[in-house]
Amino acid sequence: MKSDEPLYWRSLEELASTDDFRAFVEDEFPNRTPDWNDPESRRGFLRVMGASILLVGASACTRQPKEVIVPYVRQPEELIPGNPLFYATAMSVAGIATGVLAESHLGRPTKIEGNPEHPASLGATDAAMQASVLTLYDPDRSQTVTRNGSISGWGSFITALVGARDVAGLKKGLGFRILTGTVTSPTLATQIQNFLAEFPAAKWHQYDPCGRHSVRSGAMAAFGKPLNTIYRFDRADVIVSLDADFLSSTVPGSLRYARDYSTRRRAAAENPNVAPPRLYIAENAPSVTGSMADHHFRMTAAGVAGFTADLARGGTGAASPEARGVLKDLEAHRGSSIVIAGEHQAPQVHAFVHAINQALGNVGKTVIYTDPVEANPLDEISSIVDLVKDMRDGAVETLLILGGNPVYDAPADLSFLDALKRVKLRVHSGLYSNETAAWCHWHVPEAHYLESWSDGRAYDGTASIVQPLIMPLYGGKTAHEVMNILANRADQSAHDTVRGYWQANHKGDDFDDFWQISLHDGVIAGTSFPEKLPPAAKAIDPAAIASLGATAPAGLEIVFRPDPCVGDGTLSNNAWLQEMPKPQNKMTWDNAVWISSKSAEHYGVTTGDVVEIELKGRKVAGPVWIMPGQADESLTIHFGYGRTRAGKVADGIGFDAYTLRPTDALWQGTGVSIRRKSDGYKFANTQHTQTMEERDPFRAATYAEFHKDPEFARPEEKRVAKDLSLFPLWEYKQHKWGMSIDLNSCTGCNACTIACQSENNIPVVGKEEVAKGRHMNWLRVDRYFKGPLEDPEMYFQPVPCMHCEDALCELVCPVAATVHSAEGLNEMVYNRCVGTRYCSNNCPYKVRRFNFFLYADWNTESLFGVRNPDVSVRSRGVMEKCSYCIQRINSAKIDAEKQDRPVKDGDIVTACQQACPAQAIVFGDLNNPNSRVAKLKRQQRDYGLLEELNTRPRTTYLARLRNPNPDLEKG
Amino acid sequence: MSALVTGLRSMAQIFHRSSNSLAKISIVAVLMLLGGTVWAAYKINAGSFITDVEVAREQPVPFSHKHHVGDDGIDCRYCHTSVETSSFAGLPPTETCMGCHSQIWANAEVLEPVRASFRTGKSLEWTRIHDLPDFVYFNHSIHVNKGIGCSTCHGRVDQMPLTYKVNTLYMQWCIECHRNPAQYVRPRDQVFSMTYQYPENQSELGARLVKEYKIQSLTDCVTCHR
Repeated sequence: MKSDEPLYWRSLEELASTDDFRAFVEDEFPNRTPDWNDPESRRGFLRVMGASILLVGASACTRQPKEVIVPYVRQPEELIPGNPLFYATAMSVAGIATGVLAESHLGRPTKIEGNPEHPASLGATDAAMQASVLTLYDPDRSQTVTRNGSISGWGSFITALVGARDVAGLKKGLGFRILTGTVTSPTLATQIQNFLAEFPAAKWHQYDPCGRHSVRSGAMAAFGKPLNTIYRFDRADVIVSLDADFLSSTVPGSLRYARDYSTRRRAAAENPNVAPPRLYIAENAPSVTGSMADHHFRMTAAGVAGFTADLARGGTGAASPEARGVLKDLEAHRGSSIVIAGEHQAPQVHAFVHAINQALGNVGKTVIYTDPVEANPLDEISSIVDLVKDMRDGAVETLLILGGNPVYDAPADLSFLDALKRVKLRVHSGLYSNETAAWCHWHVPEAHYLESWSDGRAYDGTASIVQPLIMPLYGGKTAHEVMNILANRADQSAHDTVRGYWQANHKGDDFDDFWQISLHDGVIAGTSFPEKLPPAAKAIDPAAIASLGATAPAGLEIVFRPDPCVGDGTLSNNAWLQEMPKPQNKMTWDNAVWISSKSAEHYGVTTGDVVEIELKGRKVAGPVWIMPGQADESLTIHFGYGRTRAGKVADGIGFDAYTLRPTDALWQGTGVSIRRKSDGYKFANTQHTQTMEERDPFRAATYAEFHKDPEFARPEEKRVAKDLSLFPLWEYKQHKWGMSIDLNSCTGCNACTIACQSENNIPVVGKEEVAKGRHMNWLRVDRYFKGPLEDPEMYFQPVPCMHCEDALCELVCPVAATVHSAEGLNEMVYNRCVGTRYCSNNCPYKVRRFNFFLYADWNTESLFGVRNPDVSVRSRGVMEKCSYCIQRINSAKIDAEKQDRPVKDGDIVTACQQACPAQAIVFGDLNNPNSRVAKLKRQQRDYGLLEELNTRPRTTYLARLRNPNPDLEKG
Repeated sequence: MSALVTGLRSMAQIFHRSSNSLAKISIVAVLMLLGGTVWAAYKINAGSFITDVEVAREQPVPFSHKHHVGDDGIDCRYCHTSVETSSFAGLPPTETCMGCHSQIWANAEVLEPVRASFRTGKSLEWTRIHDLPDFVYFNHSIHVNKGIGCSTCHGRVDQMPLTYKVNTLYMQWCIECHRNPAQYVRPRDQVFSMTYQYPENQSELGARLVKEYKIQSLTDCVTCHR
């Protein structure tokens, strides 16, 4: 590496320091309208100024509109207008439930928090859970029952469905099929099974496009029966991940895993007696889990199978030094290690992992087995294959699709749509009138989970009741109610059905108490599955695994993954998630073909080129993104884009990766060819904007370096004398708010960003505006690369406002719209701001965001519901930025004062802090020496961003620590 | 005509003598006009045309605080139930009205909207009198808990047949108390009293209560704006 290259870099352009990059960075809000750059004459300037003063004057002369107060007719007992209520419920993704607390303002759900009592959440949420509240109010949701595309009603639908059932009933249900996603809901499973008992010839199919197919097949291969695996990362010294992205939300229990893993990392960083965990990961594309890894083995997805085979050959048989090193480390940590296989790796890899965990004595310690959480675990791929075959054969008369979107996301080689067209009566129930609904005779709106009574099981089997916070906005019904129609109980509510199930299964006469407690807590006590000792896993023949990689012809490989933001496409129409920068490449509003720089050179493509990818005769065209850390000869593409009937937000953006995906290469395939079609595709990417340039914003060291120089994060030249100031230092008599962000825990998952968006009414701006650097997120997560272009280390750094004690923004505001509070908050006063943007020019951290247009939607009525009533909705021409959740600070202070007590540590939890699964963010009072944040700031790893500028930031960071294996250290 | 010609010939003054006085007068007049404009603008801005002070608004029912509070002696909190616990003081649900009015004045024509609301389940829609801008966050409970009486801001509602506001609710008005709360604080047990009179020694009592109730002078912008 040349000496003038940055140590930490964010993009290839920065690494190469191109002229374009310099120009982009130096212009803070780039791409202004061209006439701003025109030499404007003095006369013209005065004319415009005069006109704007007049217009401003005129527009300020509005009278406050008349407002009405609408009290209740009969006020519910618990409800106090002005104070929010929290209800425990659960959100299910691909069937697996996670407990949440939903905040309700006068019956209006506004914010999702994690349920601290729920084992899969422990109070944390992921970005999708935070964003789910926006989906509730999405005006594009299906709003009416339709028959052949025309508006109909529930009455006619019920008649039609019951008629079809009766016809099928003559042949014991023959030809009647139900298609659902993965079901863990005990009530729904019972309803379907009862239906099947009555109509034994009917069939129930399950299919989730990004479900746990390999995990289930792997357990079957190892044990001959389905078993669920739970990992205890808090007990693991050595973790070997074979393409397992267990810290990202694609894995059930990931929030809990992130919590356990970070707890362990934190303990090791704070206490020299705790051994730091070591994480090895082998993967083809950089993942958030990969960013936490101490050793990142870059290899193709097929290569991961080869690497697994290498591990399977054992200590002396292993070919690669990496495998030998890993095996040695595992050997030294019997009973305290975890080998985990990726959701998308072949079942054989999973089977091997079960065997090696048994051999290492990890079972019962770090690896726990339980019964499967799925109500009816089955091979979903053969299930959908069977369904399509029967449909094609004309054996399906009625197909009832409960949720899901198979026309869009079923494997491409099945030609689901062609087969579907042969079904006589096609019924679809879903949140959206999507691609599948378009080809169904009947579409009925489904209720959102915040409108539903239901239940579900978490990753460890813990059952939760899903309770509604609001009546269905668009008259939607739950799957339970649709099944009730089939059971001739169309008038039975989902509530009665769910309650009835649990009552029937409850022992004792205290059911009412049990039900109330279960609803209140959000978990049903004692329902987590007990640990099970598995039978001995079948011995694994290394050759069988090796053949997975070996039989594949050499050449380009393609890897399919759910999108890091919108997942399998269920969440595509959620604008918060669309505008959430993807952790690895900070891209918004798009998916892309990830390729390594070496392969890009080899195939003659570069970022922004549109290529046509061909796999087994199927083609799709998408833009290329050169991804540092991507394996050579391996492309990664993501699902969830290329939608045609998702809604106004998602239609027509990105390309549809499902069109390439065959059943025999669900997650990865070889024999791909790419052909460059055109160039110049414009991405909307946030990685260049808001840069702090080369001022060491990120600091990391290995444990060895840390022990040698505990002050590494704060070298002498970065320190500034405490009293270096022209002004006398302010004395903070009451509170002194501050924040500490632990870079050693942060996985870059973006939950904080969306939590902030939800809490603070932050608008979305759209792809064009993001491309101009105008996205509005108050809390961004910067991503840094360190090291060589091909295989760098990847780091994340959340950056909210630093609330500098000597805030540079405050000095330059001509109207005192940004000032300092007596408690050290850097206040932003919207009603004073005139939009000069001087503050943002002067902010070295680039955390200030400006409303260039009226970004907040003031017209779409349904979206008013999602707003937090405790935070102003900003208008055009106003600067905004992180306030440390001032509404939460004020509310906690008022509560404390009313009780005549001081504010306790932990009373105030900012939205980002509350969401963070890794507990990387801690907020509190620095004047209280015993507060968590004060203690964290006394740690040696504490450093401030650009501290040498003497801004005295209140937000500081704890430097990252790595624990590489000395045997494997490069160079 | 001839005089003018003569004047021109003798190169008389260009301006008439009176111009001096005119100039003086016009300077004063302009200043007065400017001052007057400013004064008028100020007066208009502070006047009820803009502030709605002392302007009673039309309501679905001509509800009289004078009758309910002054004559009947009903406590504020009987209807404004959440004033001690929430930012919003609370407006009574129709049920509260009907608690009494199903018995007394049960057939009064003027109360028909109330009965209709109770019958149909459709809420009454009251016009807001005290309407802060949307970027201001006011919390009733903390003010009441710290010894700020209802009548300090809302005036003698027990004497209002129709409700109107007595203060502008301008920021200037808020901040006057926030800067120096001692002048308006009263003992907690007097908060809901309509007839409370500030004593002669308010400065003394206020200072003592400010200390006792741990009242802070909160003038940070984010106290109210967020």
